[in-house]
Parts: sequence; structure tokens; C-alpha cells
Amino acid sequence: MRKALAVARKELRQIVRDRRTLMTLLFVPAFFLLLYGYALNFDIRHVRLGVDDQDRTAESRSVISAFVNSGYFDLAAIVDDASTQALMNRNEVGAVVVIPRGLGRALLTGAATPVQVLINGDNANTATTVMGYALTILQSESAKYQEGAGAGGRPPLLTVEPRVWYNPQLRSTLFLVPGLIAYIAMITAVVSTALSVAREKERGTMEQVRMAPLDAASFVVGKSIPYFIISLISALGIIIVAMALFELPMRGSWSALLLALSLFLAGALGLGLLISSISESQQVAFQLALLASFLPTLMLSGFIFPIASMPAALRAVTYAVPARYFLIALRGIVLKGAGLQTFWVELAALAVYAALMLGLASIRLRRQWQ
Amino acid sequence: MNAISVRDLSRRFGGFVAVDRLTFDVRRGEIFGFLGSNGAGKSTTIRMLCGLLTPTSGTATIDGVDVVRDPEGVKRRIGYMSQRFSLYEQLTVDQNIRFFAGIYGLTGARLDERRRFAIEMAGLENRRGTRAADLAGGWRQRLALGCAILHEPSIVFLDEPTGGVDPMSRRQFWRLIDRLSDSGVTVLVTTHYLDEAEHCHRLAIIHAGRLAALGSTSELKQVFADRAIVEVQASNPVEAMRVLDRIPDVEKTSLFGTAVHAVLKSAGRDAVDVLRRELTAASVAAQSVDRVQPSLEDVFLDVVDRQEAHA
Repeated sequence: MRKALAVARKELRQIVRDRRTLMTLLFVPAFFLLLYGYALNFDIRHVRLGVDDQDRTAESRSVISAFVNSGYFDLAAIVDDASTQALMNRNEVGAVVVIPRGLGRALLTGAATPVQVLINGDNANTATTVMGYALTILQSESAKYQEGAGAGGRPPLLTVEPRVWYNPQLRSTLFLVPGLIAYIAMITAVVSTALSVAREKERGTMEQVRMAPLDAASFVVGKSIPYFIISLISALGIIIVAMALFELPMRGSWSALLLALSLFLAGALGLGLLISSISESQQVAFQLALLASFLPTLMLSGFIFPIASMPAALRAVTYAVPARYFLIALRGIVLKGAGLQTFWVELAALAVYAALMLGLASIRLRRQWQ
Repeated sequence: MNAISVRDLSRRFGGFVAVDRLTFDVRRGEIFGFLGSNGAGKSTTIRMLCGLLTPTSGTATIDGVDVVRDPEGVKRRIGYMSQRFSLYEQLTVDQNIRFFAGIYGLTGARLDERRRFAIEMAGLENRRGTRAADLAGGWRQRLALGCAILHEPSIVFLDEPTGGVDPMSRRQFWRLIDRLSDSGVTVLVTTHYLDEAEHCHRLAIIHAGRLAALGSTSELKQVFADRAIVEVQASNPVEAMRVLDRIPDVEKTSLFGTAVHAVLKSAGRDAVDVLRRELTAASVAAQSVDRVQPSLEDVFLDVVDRQEAHA
């Protein structure tokens, strides 16, 4: 154990000496989060809205301000039948609300009135989302009048009331940020450890160390400790940035989060060490590490693509991706405030993965030791 | 008990036999040289003796400890330093020493004492805070040696320790090796510098994985006991070699810089005269034709030639 500490102390000194690595480990992850967090955003905001108000009553203006106040639409132009087409073609408006004459009167008498919403459909995804926004806004607008009418003695109309839990505005960042945290933490932890042993092999220090009466397990433990501490600090940094900038909530306990994060990072470090035990040069180690951490975490963890909708064979592969379990736990803790008992299976899976990776790395290194 | 005892040690890599049935002993406190060209099997042998590489067959014991059965025990008894002086370049002199002391399990007063020893030995008293990368070759090499013997091993393996170091530093380094040997440490050193080999108490000449010859420098030179070596300085050495090779008494000739060494089958007194006569007859101008003492290089070439002839 004392020898493992000597290795850890040396490794930490080396990292601290190597400013570039240290900065990369500590700050690049948070920077990544900023980049991805703002770019990887499935929400659509600032849709340029054209308004064709043929009614010009207090009620019609209320509908328009409901659109503008929603935050999703910016009032861009007042249009009429003639100009709509041209503006839409030039992308100067992304959606147009057409309020027919007589809307105000109809609303007050409780008669159904159609409001036309024209949406630029050149991006189907965007169009669907914008349509959803428009529907929600119009529904809540009409509800106001239905309530008023209901008070007048008529039986209240049965209205559908959709409600989305945890992310009422269906903000995709809340869904994506935990994935980003897992993704970034995985890549930095795996890459940095993978490089560290390969570097010793390249420089020949590995051979010198192998000549000492130091067993492979002490070496692995000593190598892991500093990277574990640094990855943990770095991952907590990402989480704090996510909370400050992307309004990531913290509904669960910090200790549960730390536990899940530690298990996840231990597995990532194990994978990194395993990779560096099988690669002879830093370059090979780097490429293997990227391949092993980047693709599975992005594609097969449920970060972006839902696991449930994958073909069975691919779904089976996801069981070997630690980020899969970590994401369930992380989303559970920060978004749902769930306790440890609800995702102990995931934590156990992370622990098994970590033990497996660190064990394999030790065995691999021990074999090379001889 | 011998410090190192090797019996029929072999190592194959696939179909290639890197080390072929080596047998030798190294006495305590001896400076034992491993001489051979690149790829002769010197490093493979050292790696087996250090417990880094498992022999295909045969046995080796270090201080009586079997290298296969107890590699950890072997590692506690040995120090190892290779041609690449594997230090951590970003770390300072002191941090390197502390790390190696740490993995050798040194603590407390012993740690302090050994640290002082290593720094004093390497002559780095004023550069403890210098990064290893910023040290000149000779210093790094001495620091690497210091790190390799922090735990006071009784046997030290040096694998081409002086590669890439200037002659001044090489001489200083050999003084350190002599000091180690004087204090009772056994040193096994590989080299392909013949001048360095002269420092060794005994030498093993390794060729193509086999032990070609073993003994002290003077013992090795006994291969020429009943033969003679004549050095010919000629303005056209290639022409001189052609003439000499035709003389029945000349066993073989080889080029030594600008001179030609001819090995004669007998050590007769008139040998030099015969050679001189033949050269004149062939009108090859020779500045000098003299009988010389065999050098280690003569021995090396002769030993290798004879092994090749046997094979």
C-alpha cells in the first residue's frame, strides 16, 4: 500500500508538472459542456412570427401576446394574405398566425373558431416542434374563455390537460445535460489514464519500475488514485457549470451523486488502464481510448438515442456500456430526486464494471510484468 | 555461493533462439562483463536474470534465489539500469529519487541516508531541484545508477549503461562501478565497447545466443598462446591482405583501422621476417611489420570466427 502511494504521489507530481495535461483534465470538460450544451439543443426558440390579425379586437391581441410571451416566438412582421408567401419563402418568418374576423365575438359567445397557423415546413423536426408550441398556446388561450363560460352554469367542457413531468417545458437540455456529463467525464477519464501507462512504456520508465519489487495491483491502484481525484473534481465542475448555466436541478442527495459518480469514474479509469496495458504507444492508446469511450457513450448509453427503440442486438450491447447505468442513476438523482433504493441495480452494475476493468487491467499488467 | 549461477539457460522467441544453453557463474563482488554485438542475446539474458522474462528452459539463481520460482525475491536483491536511463523527465532529481525509494519501500532514516548517498554519488548536490530532462547525459546516467541502487542491492545489472554518453562521463561512470565492486557489490555489465570490457574482472563473449568464451582478459588472450599476431602498416592495406592471405602460415587476416592484423598458425621467431619478405616480393610497400600483443578485439574476432566455423 505504501508503494502504491509512492506511485500515486509520483503520478500526481507528474500531472501537476505537466500543466497542459492538468488544464486539459480540469477545464476542457467544463468548456466542452458549454459548447455542447448550447449547440446540442433540441429546443426551438425565437421563431420569427408573422401576424395577420383580421379581427383587431382585445381578444385577438391577447392571442398574439400569448404567442410572443411564450418566449418561443418573436414578433417579426405584420403580414397579410398577399405578403405571407413571399416572407415565408425568404425565411423572414417561420410561422404565421392568421386570426379570422369575428374571433373576438365568437369567443365571447362560446362558439368554436379556427385560428390558422402556417408553419414553414422545410425542417420537419422544427415544424413539428413549432406546431406543438402553437397548439399548447392556443389551447391555454381558449381555456380562459371556457372557464368563463363554465361559470355561467353550462357543464364544464372536458379538456385534455397534458402535463410533462420533470421537464414541464419539455426542455431538451434537462434531458441532455446529464448525458453530456457522463460523456465528457468518460472521455477525459479514459483518455488520460490510457495515456499515462503508455507514456511510461514509450519512455522506458515502465521497465525500470518493473524491476522494482512492486506488484501490478499496487501499480494500478497508485496510477488510479490521482486520476480518480482529478476526474472527480472535473466531473463535479461540469455538474456545477450545468447547474449554473443550464438550470440543471439537484433534487436528490449529493452523497448519492458522489457515490454514482465515483463508481462510474472507477470503471472509466479501469478501462483506461486496460487500454494502456494493451497498447505500446501513446498514439495507439489515444485512439483506442477515444474509440472505446466516445462512440459507445454517445450512441449506446441512452444519451441521445433511446435504448428502448434500438434493435435487440444493439440493445444487448448497451448492457456493457457503463454510461447506460450511470445515466439512469444521474437522471434519477438530479431530475427526479430518487433515492438509492430505486437504482441500486444500476449502482451495482457500475461497481461490477469497475471491479472487472480494474481487475483485468491488473491481470494484463501482471502478465506483462513477467 | 556464487552471486549469479546460470545453467543451460535458453530463450526462444517463436523459431528464433535468442539465448542458447548459457552456463556460467559470477563470483561475489566481481565486475562481470557481457561482451557481444547487437542482437547477440545479452539483453535477453539480463532480462531473464532480473525475472522480467521467463526462460524457455534452464535455470538461473541470483544469490541462490531461483529467477523463475521467486522473481519478487530476485527483484529485492538486484538493481537494474538500462541504456535508456529511464528517469521521469518532468520530475526533479529529488522527486525521482523519492519515487524509486518509495517503490523499493525505503522509509525513515534509511530513506534519508540513501537519498543523500545517491545525490552525492551522482554529484548532484547543487541540482536537487533540476528536472531530469534538463540534466546533461552523464549526470542523468549517474542519477539513474543512483536510483537503481537505492535499496543497496547485492547485485547490479547494467545493460549498456554508457550508450550515448561522452568519454569523460564514461570514465567517471566506470570509477563508480569500480567503487561499487570494491564495496562488495556484484556487477554484471553488458557492453560492446571493447575498451570498457578491459575494466571487467571477467568477460563472457556472447555470440548468436551462445557463450563463445569466458575468462579474464589475460585468460581470454591465451587463445593466442601458440599463435602470433603481426600488425602490418601498409599504404594499401587491402592489397597487403591479399598477399598475406596467400602465405601458408597465415591463418587469417583482418583490418584494424588502417592496419592489418595477420594471425599466424605458429609463434615462430622468423614469422615476421617471412611476412616482410613476401610483402617485398609482391612489391607492397609496408611501413612496419611487427609482432604485437593480442588485443581484446583480436580475441573477440577470433572467438566469433571459431564459433561460426563450428556452427
